[in-house]
Amino acid sequence: MELIFEQSVKGRKGVSFPVDNTSEAAPLPKELLREEKAELPELSELDVVRHFTKLSRLNFSVDTNFYPLGSCTMKYNAKGFEEAAKLFAPFHPMLSMLPEGEKLSQGSLELIFETEKLLAEITGMDAVTLQPMAGAHGEMTGCMLIAAYHKAKENKKKYVIVPDSSHGTNPASAAMVGYEIITIPTAAYGDMDLDAFKATLNNEVAAIMMTCPNTLGLFNPYVKEICDLAHSVDALVYYDGANLNAIMGKVRPGDIGFDVIHLNLHKTFGTPHGSGGPGSGPVGVKESLVKFFPSPRVKKNGDSSFSIAKEDKSSIGSVSNFFGNFGVIVKAYAYILQLGREGLIEASEQAVLNANYIMSRLKEYYDLPYNQICMHECVFSASRQMESGIHAIDIAKYLIDRKIHPPTVYFPLIVKEAIMIEPTETESKETMDNFIEIMIEAAKLAESDPDILRQAPLKTPVSRLDETKAAREQNVCCVL
Amino acid sequence: MERYFTKEHEWISVNGTTATVGITSHAAEELGDITFVELPQVGKSVKRSETLAAIESVKAASDVYAPISGRVTSTNETLETMPEVVNESPEESGWICTLEVENPEELKGLMNAEEYKAFI
Amino acid sequence: MSNYNPNTPSQQAEMLATIGVSSIEELFKVIPQELKAKSFDIPKGMSEFEMLDKINSLASANSKDITFFIGGSFYDHYIPAAVDHLANRSEFYTAYTPYQPECSQGTLQALYEYQTAICRLTGMEVSNASLYDGATALAEAALMAIRITGRNRLILDDCVNPIYKRVLETYLANHDVELITLEPLNFSLNKEAAIKELNNNSAAIIVQTPNFFGSIDNLKDIAAKAHENGALLINSVYPVSLGLLATPAEMGVDIVVGDGQSLGNPLSFGGPAFGFIATSKKHIRNIPGRVVGETVDKEGRRGFVLTLQAREQHIKRHKATSNICSNQSLCALRGLIFLSLIGKEGFVEMARQNRNRAEYAKSLLSRVKGVSIEDSVPTFNEFVLKLPKSASEVTAALLKKGIAAGVPLGSYYKGMDNYLLVTVTEKRTKKEIELLAEELGRTLV
Repeated sequence: MELIFEQSVKGRKGVSFPVDNTSEAAPLPKELLREEKAELPELSELDVVRHFTKLSRLNFSVDTNFYPLGSCTMKYNAKGFEEAAKLFAPFHPMLSMLPEGEKLSQGSLELIFETEKLLAEITGMDAVTLQPMAGAHGEMTGCMLIAAYHKAKENKKKYVIVPDSSHGTNPASAAMVGYEIITIPTAAYGDMDLDAFKATLNNEVAAIMMTCPNTLGLFNPYVKEICDLAHSVDALVYYDGANLNAIMGKVRPGDIGFDVIHLNLHKTFGTPHGSGGPGSGPVGVKESLVKFFPSPRVKKNGDSSFSIAKEDKSSIGSVSNFFGNFGVIVKAYAYILQLGREGLIEASEQAVLNANYIMSRLKEYYDLPYNQICMHECVFSASRQMESGIHAIDIAKYLIDRKIHPPTVYFPLIVKEAIMIEPTETESKETMDNFIEIMIEAAKLAESDPDILRQAPLKTPVSRLDETKAAREQNVCCVL
Repeated sequence: MERYFTKEHEWISVNGTTATVGITSHAAEELGDITFVELPQVGKSVKRSETLAAIESVKAASDVYAPISGRVTSTNETLETMPEVVNESPEESGWICTLEVENPEELKGLMNAEEYKAFI
Repeated sequence: MSNYNPNTPSQQAEMLATIGVSSIEELFKVIPQELKAKSFDIPKGMSEFEMLDKINSLASANSKDITFFIGGSFYDHYIPAAVDHLANRSEFYTAYTPYQPECSQGTLQALYEYQTAICRLTGMEVSNASLYDGATALAEAALMAIRITGRNRLILDDCVNPIYKRVLETYLANHDVELITLEPLNFSLNKEAAIKELNNNSAAIIVQTPNFFGSIDNLKDIAAKAHENGALLINSVYPVSLGLLATPAEMGVDIVVGDGQSLGNPLSFGGPAFGFIATSKKHIRNIPGRVVGETVDKEGRRGFVLTLQAREQHIKRHKATSNICSNQSLCALRGLIFLSLIGKEGFVEMARQNRNRAEYAKSLLSRVKGVSIEDSVPTFNEFVLKLPKSASEVTAALLKKGIAAGVPLGSYYKGMDNYLLVTVTEKRTKKEIELLAEELGRTLV
């Protein structure tokens, strides 16, 4: 498809402005002006509408395709939540920070306060901040809180421990806060090796970051012991909430002993992924860390009005412009309101049921390195298919030809040729049965006619792309 | 010229007090199409096992460790614009840098060609 | 059964039988009893109708009838209707990060076009596919300059948005970085002081255009001085101003960042919008986050992929250029659609109207008794008023009349209690501006 810039026709206009009836201002000094106008396209509104409508049709999405992408929780994004967020589009964030401005922003402030309270209850934490704008941003904020905690106690800490099955963001986020990383291998039972952890833990460990259930979709039965061991050297325990969709109402990280958590509202709480964002990564903590929270914070007053709290002098500062991705927060609030207590518990139960159903039906055809009841996702390996020269990526590409978005492949890194499947609770048995049949077909093709898999996809606007050329040539901007 | 190998898949070939370092054919194959080689600064001193260079392919990133301690005396600047040379000829024209050998004794801990072949 | 979970009890029973367990509870058996949730005190669910009613009542508790003369990185700009309609296509908003390029060409091409648009606005050579917001983009740029130069001293103009400064300090708190702050001189960058602070450990000078007070600095000489000393120049810009103002590239800037809210994203109480970052080609490997690149498929047809991924967290883990994973893709798409609709001439007209209306406001407000304006510094669509009394009091009084007259600078700078930062966008009519002047006059009597 032509680029939007390639469709430009000199003199064509898409937007007109109201007549400016103020008087003409004196021009700015010439040295402050740009030499040439920015080469934006010149198009009619219809040109633009056709272009982006056509582009949208080149995408797979939850609304058009089954999207069992492991670790991403691609559940259905209900349309009522979108409508809810639009109600807040016209409100300026700065207004609430002006003198007397809080009174004019009561609805927004109340929504922030209430959402924080609900998320704290869901996770068993003492308080939540909504300022971080994505999961990794929440992780970084959490690590900053951990650093502030140790600094205040004059603890000399240097290391953050992560299991080798962790999301790449965990070590990257801890490194952004200046920590050195220690990686612990996975034991045969599919979770962090407890003995290796014990051997590694020392007084210089600031924190351990865990995903529970982990990226293999397994719940770690030793999680409480790990928390207690960490606390014995005043290391804090961090909960990566990427997989919270498995355990709502069943387990609360705060009850187990986790000190800091982040959530991904765009995974667990039904807000859309937006082709890669915006997300929202609220952070919850235990009482001893609340004073380090980033500002601004919303508080409820004695008369039930809401205001922006006076900043605690221990605050780490701010991690974003204003109150975080507020529009995303509205959608998550709407989700919690609508589903309610029973609906949240049911979401987790059905997510786990669906994942186990797929796992049970496919394990005859694909290797299952950790063969046990899973939580909300399961991880297969294409190692059996490798014998006929077929890799996980070939199966992924074949699924595209069958109109299904591939599962996550090659993650977690500890499983060779990993195929990580997370159906979520919003998918029907019919959809999953169709997926299972196609996966079985792929397994059979790997033996009978592997070339079909290697050539796939053929029914897409483009076939497999030359990623080496892209990385070597680095054409990332259309030059005039 | 003697050639030695490491468990991290580097090769080192020694000529008097100068050693040339690169990654093995096996390593190059495992990495796939190499898209970038971060060369060390000439003049930099490294200890054995410290990071010497970094290599990126489309789907992986890998550090190159110093097989022995020494000072970097030259780098293969061709790789800055043509990283694919590492794929094409990892053990010849795809060399990464030369080192001034600090302690020849360190070479004793490395594998010879036969041992490396058995190792992989 | 919630209406979003489609499987009927009999289907669930079939599935349990396939798995070989008798109940859903059995699937959770692996969780030790003593770890079960101690509480889950969440209200009972409700219908969509009731939910929307409840949220609508919260939205109604905000005041809707306010005329905004406030900015500070979020601006009340017009958004053409087509932006909402296109960005609300669910093929865009319900897709994930385009890791599988063959079924994500829509997103990938749009992001490539977005990167191109950012390059054309700023004059830079490369852009990433978006960051969280303007403040975090500035912090990422600072970390990037430290990586590139291998130095750790940053020289920050205090005319940079104080909220951005706060976020920058928060990001740097756990790093061994020396952050030098330059006192403003006549609401502008103190160039002499900046040059004096440059030494052989300086990674970057950080400035903003127009700065928080609305002033526009000519950066050419400061860029040259920074480069002479081996340091970089980081410039946070207000994208709308680039319809008129010299590009950061023309000024000699090395890393450009900014907030994209003003390009087609609603105020939405502070987000989501997006941050942008652009630089020169030689620094591309040090740019944080995702980058889309052009390539070809097996048949030689043009296509787009996420590229240079080996720099990113999912491969390089703790050695990645940044921890960023999700960015603000959909907001960046809104920015691109906005720029495509408004077009080459429209973008210039938008900038012209912003400045023109602001200059009109300046001339009216400066005639209000007791008010003065520092008019020796050139400005774009924001400027500082000096009032005869506390700007906070004046703002509060005008808010009662439905006018958000500006941001009192005393909240951010010492000794500036009587100063007010006023913003005028293309949406402010002549009548609204005249009313502001009138009401301000009345308040000061």
